[in-house]
Amino acid sequence: MITTTGLTKVYESRGRQVTALDGVDLHVREGEVFGVIGQSGAGKSSLIRCVNLLERPTSGTVTVDGTDLTALAGRGRRANKDLRRARSRIGMVFQHFNLLSSRTVKDNVELPLEILGVSGADRSRRALELLDLVGLADKARAYPGQLSGGQKQRVGIARALAGNPKVLLSDEATSALDPETTRSILQLLRDLNRQLGLTVLLITHEMDVVKQICDSAALMKKGRVVESGTVAELLATPGSELAHELFPVTGDASGPGSTVLDVTFHGEAATQPVISQLSRTYNIDISILGAAMDTVGGRQIGRMRIELPGPYEENVVPIGFLREQGLQAELVAPDADADAGAGAGADADADAEADADADVQEKAAVPAQNAPKLVKEIAK
Amino acid sequence: MSWSEMQPLLTQGTIDTLYMVLWATVVSVIGGLPIGVLLVLTDKGGLLQNTVVNKVVGAIVNIGRSLPFIILLVALIPFTTLVVGTFIGPTAMIVPLAIGAIPFFARLVETAIREVDHGLVEAVQSMGGSIPTIIRKVLLPQALPSLVSAVTTTVIVLIGYSALAGAVGGEGLGAKVITYGYQRFDTQFMLVTVVVLIVIVTVVQLVGDGIVRLLARRGRTAS
Ligand SMILES: Nc1ncnc2c1ncn2[C@@H]1O[C@H](COP(=O)(O)OP(=O)(O)OP(=O)(O)O)[C@@H](O)[C@H]1O
Ligand SMILES: [Mg+2]
Repeated sequence: MITTTGLTKVYESRGRQVTALDGVDLHVREGEVFGVIGQSGAGKSSLIRCVNLLERPTSGTVTVDGTDLTALAGRGRRANKDLRRARSRIGMVFQHFNLLSSRTVKDNVELPLEILGVSGADRSRRALELLDLVGLADKARAYPGQLSGGQKQRVGIARALAGNPKVLLSDEATSALDPETTRSILQLLRDLNRQLGLTVLLITHEMDVVKQICDSAALMKKGRVVESGTVAELLATPGSELAHELFPVTGDASGPGSTVLDVTFHGEAATQPVISQLSRTYNIDISILGAAMDTVGGRQIGRMRIELPGPYEENVVPIGFLREQGLQAELVAPDADADAGAGAGADADADAEADADADVQEKAAVPAQNAPKLVKEIAK
Repeated sequence: MSWSEMQPLLTQGTIDTLYMVLWATVVSVIGGLPIGVLLVLTDKGGLLQNTVVNKVVGAIVNIGRSLPFIILLVALIPFTTLVVGTFIGPTAMIVPLAIGAIPFFARLVETAIREVDHGLVEAVQSMGGSIPTIIRKVLLPQALPSLVSAVTTTVIVLIGYSALAGAVGGEGLGAKVITYGYQRFDTQFMLVTVVVLIVIVTVVQLVGDGIVRLLARRGRTAS
């Protein structure tokens, strides 16, 4: 739905050149929620602004819904009619909402329709429909100044949807909101994605955002995409930084000479009693060093760090068995993250308590000693 | 001069002053608004960035603003005669008044438009809005309270200018003060006229502020 190839953006400011995008190839499939994550200055905003050509790429192409926008735009600095028409099919929401304070909520939502030349009665009907969709039907006549941040962003989303776009771009849409409101806005985006088949490209610096709603994600560093793929693919990629951030499991081997594996369950596999089968079939003792269940991109995923006795060579067959069962089994290099382990273990404890009453996002992370209980849950 | 003698002079003077100021304001707004918008759009980083146009227009506006009004008044006599057919009388005075106020108003417009959050412009660009759309639907409406203030200030400046215009063949309260107050040493008349001017300026300011407050109360807070 959105494809960028070799996208570069070089800013010139006071004679100095800043390369914000350095050859970005991105592919966002139709109907998915794609998250781009990265630190401040990584070039995330530059990327999303290049997608609707608010920022002209220095080189490279941007294709949205089969239209090559970079070709459409031509060489002029000003947006021509073709580009403007294409933009009206791409919705955009902003970190600071960017609502017109001089217009009521309803008139803000009508603005894109005015630009499209929709007649007054139709505009009014559609705006009310959209406000209903985002749960703000009662605020139609209010001014943005009278709304909370979350409500403003709902208006922003309604406005972005007014032109019936197939694609929604979101640059840090929840960064100015508190965690609770963030969750509700993300849920709204998720619902719209499902209901309307809307493709969403969102920018964030919060891993939780990716976790809650993204089907796919990319990690940006210094103007480049260093990792990208569906969340499942990423979790299956050995050494993936995103996977580790999305879903950390930790735990130290009990001693040298054993094999430590990170096992990832999703979908069907999570419901099979694989670990006990493994233990019975090969008659081996399995220690569980750490385990966690989480919801990533709306799917239940479990991760577990297990220890098998003996070196890797002796465990090739059991590992093969796990993979046959549809699990991802990833060998952990000894001492790979022994340091990280200690800190994260403490975090996991706190999480486990906090989660007793967490409802929106189910999450359980337990250190090794509590693990058997969790295994039963996974096995169920 | 008795009150009954003063009254018709004051009434006629007020009518002439208001007539000159009103029309000069209308012309200044029509002329100054596009110039102010143009200055913002052609500026560096603007939607229609154009250094040459920006510098030239900026220079003309600065010259217009730095010229003392009394000099402008005299210098424009040939031009006024060309446009109105005469350089005397309230209608003729509208020409120098407006030309004096256009650069002033244009700068105020420029400042007001610059205050509009660029994020709003981007939002409308992302919807496919053209530059005229951005001007009509974002820049002007969002800057409206500041623009109203700018008009108020311009009206008050024009009232001051119009009094000066009385010295060069104009009409209005200024001309009356010069004829009766200054040339005939009628201090009492001069004082009464000053009071009338103060009242007019105060009313204009109050009305302008009232409109701004009304606009602000419609929920126009930040964002
Ligand atoms: N208009 C501009 N002119 C000059 N340099 C710019 C401009 N916009 C961005 N940059 C630079 O490009 C780089 C990438 O910026 P960008 O805004 O894309 O980062 P980001 O990933 O969105 O960061 P953040 O998370 O802080 O929003 C930064 O080094 C920034 O300073
Ligand atoms: Mg950014």
